[in-house]
Amino acid sequence: MKPGFLAKNPSVLSFLLVLAIFTLAVTLMSEAYGAGLVSTSMVKTLGKTLTLCLIAIAMDLIWGYTGILSLGHFAFFGLGGYMVGMWLMYARTREIVVSSAAGALPMTPQELQDAIATQIFGVVGTSELPAVWAFAGSLPAQLALVVLVPGVLAFVFGWFAFKSRVTGVYLSILTQAMTLALSLYLFQNDSGLRGNNGLSGLQNIPGLDGVGQDALSVWFLWASALALGLGYLLAHFVVSGKFGSVIRGIRDDEARVRFLGYSVENYKLFVFTLTAIIAAIAGALYYPQAGIINPAEIAPIASIYLAVWVAIGGRGRLYGAVIGAAFVSLVSTWFTGGRAPDLPLGFYTIKWVDWWSVLLGLSFVLVTLFAPKGIAGIADWLQGLRPPRRGGAPLGPGDGSLQEKEALE
Amino acid sequence: MSLLEVSGISVTFDGFRAINNLSFSIGPAELRAIIGPNGAGKTTFMDIVTGKTRPDEGRVLWGEKSVNLLKLNEAQIARAGIGRKFQRPTVFEDQSVAENLMMALKAARSPWKVLFWRPTRAHHFRVEALAREVGLGDQLDRKSGELSHGQKQWLEIGMLLAQEPRLLLVDEPAAGMTLAEREQTTALLVELAKSHAVVVVEHDMDFVRRLDCRVTVLHEGSVLAEGSLDHVTSNRQVIEVYLGR
Repeated sequence: MKPGFLAKNPSVLSFLLVLAIFTLAVTLMSEAYGAGLVSTSMVKTLGKTLTLCLIAIAMDLIWGYTGILSLGHFAFFGLGGYMVGMWLMYARTREIVVSSAAGALPMTPQELQDAIATQIFGVVGTSELPAVWAFAGSLPAQLALVVLVPGVLAFVFGWFAFKSRVTGVYLSILTQAMTLALSLYLFQNDSGLRGNNGLSGLQNIPGLDGVGQDALSVWFLWASALALGLGYLLAHFVVSGKFGSVIRGIRDDEARVRFLGYSVENYKLFVFTLTAIIAAIAGALYYPQAGIINPAEIAPIASIYLAVWVAIGGRGRLYGAVIGAAFVSLVSTWFTGGRAPDLPLGFYTIKWVDWWSVLLGLSFVLVTLFAPKGIAGIADWLQGLRPPRRGGAPLGPGDGSLQEKEALE
Repeated sequence: MSLLEVSGISVTFDGFRAINNLSFSIGPAELRAIIGPNGAGKTTFMDIVTGKTRPDEGRVLWGEKSVNLLKLNEAQIARAGIGRKFQRPTVFEDQSVAENLMMALKAARSPWKVLFWRPTRAHHFRVEALAREVGLGDQLDRKSGELSHGQKQWLEIGMLLAQEPRLLLVDEPAAGMTLAEREQTTALLVELAKSHAVVVVEHDMDFVRRLDCRVTVLHEGSVLAEGSLDHVTSNRQVIEVYLGR
């Protein structure tokens, strides 16, 4: 029998197992389906963390494997959130408008749309439904836009950037500029996405009024875990095999890859667009759990944090990115949530809410300097402690060298 | 009938004329050595043929259909059948010998096709055969970064062969090799030239003598002399250029 895909890739199997056990454990401890040991807000935090792990995988693909330090992937994440948020807000507002008008004369579609627009856009002083909301009434259309809008943006941006052979730090600056421009645009009231108010009330899923937040949070945890598992499989498929060889080659020496006949630009464009789509899907799952999205979420700093997570977790390893995102974002939540105890030094009290960024920045510098493989490097280190598996081959070239069996004893 | 036809190319870097009205041509099964002092334009010439540098003027035509190489980028030129071995061995050090060879193996190069491409038994055999041919048969699973300098040179030659190019541009193949390895390299290049066009850039006169082929001498970006090694070394200008400095 041929060994299956999972048997050949034990790291994927163990990752999926850990993810499944984690999801099951949280479910059994949740308020809706279990012992109630984990609060609903904690379930939401964990679900959000899973989506952050997914975007970290995207970042690892583009940065750790292909060597492009993109400082713009949170823009795609945010756009994914906006696209799904538009439907959530529109459909929810329609429900409210319809129910409050119950008993009165039935409204014409135009009246209904105007009423919805007034509800949503009253806050920015308009009652016109902007053109970008044309598909907001349709869930399938908005879900398609989750993939299409960031995908097309990444493709067009990547087309110009990569075809003109912008590389290295200049490309990072360019991606950051794109992110900043997008964020500033969304801050404007007339961008049609409610300016700095953003979209809110996204935790209420239209048509699911009967379902409480405690159950919904677990459903989203499942969806996030599923997306993370599939994303991990996809990323593993991409980096294993020859495609993975080529993109790692691009990272290490792109000129050489060109002389082998691979068009480096097309590969970069491919990976950039693919990772933008993964990031957008992660965002579309994140924001319904967060409940609110505003342009500040897209600010360049978020994308820089993403790079920090992946660096701390370990670049060039998929599980490293996941570990980094989960670990750093959870620790970050704990420190900035005000729950970390203050550290009195006598002359000065360290309040972690203020000092957390300093600590994070410091650990980033230390990891980069002293442990470039990040947390995932520990796995390598452990592997090095075990005797090598050589399938019975002699350990050395000479006849007198130890055989594998002897070395193990 | 020539495979590669370079005519009247010139290129200037910041006012310095690296290539000056250079013409060159090579047949489909021919071995040619290019010699010349430092700065003669040997590497720039290779850069132009492989698409790394654009000449200011001139033509570079390729193959039976006389494709204009100046309109293609590096990757397209490589796919058209021009392979290059660099002076300094450039292999992907983070990847195993087998991965390096597999990447170079002639196959579709577009992202979608590569993504779904999986090696068959025949591909594995081919990689093993190539590795054996360049003396790395038992090193397939080693990271190429761990190889010695000479082994990296060989790996790169193996990658060049894996690409199955019609024209091989080989920059100082013998650098850093032992005497025995040099002889092996010579034999390989001579053998290849029976069915391929091979251009060897070399400093080492002994090595060129062993290749026993037509020699082109470059000087200040143009061809100074061309012919057998004995013919060019008896040329007065060549002697001046080589011994006059």
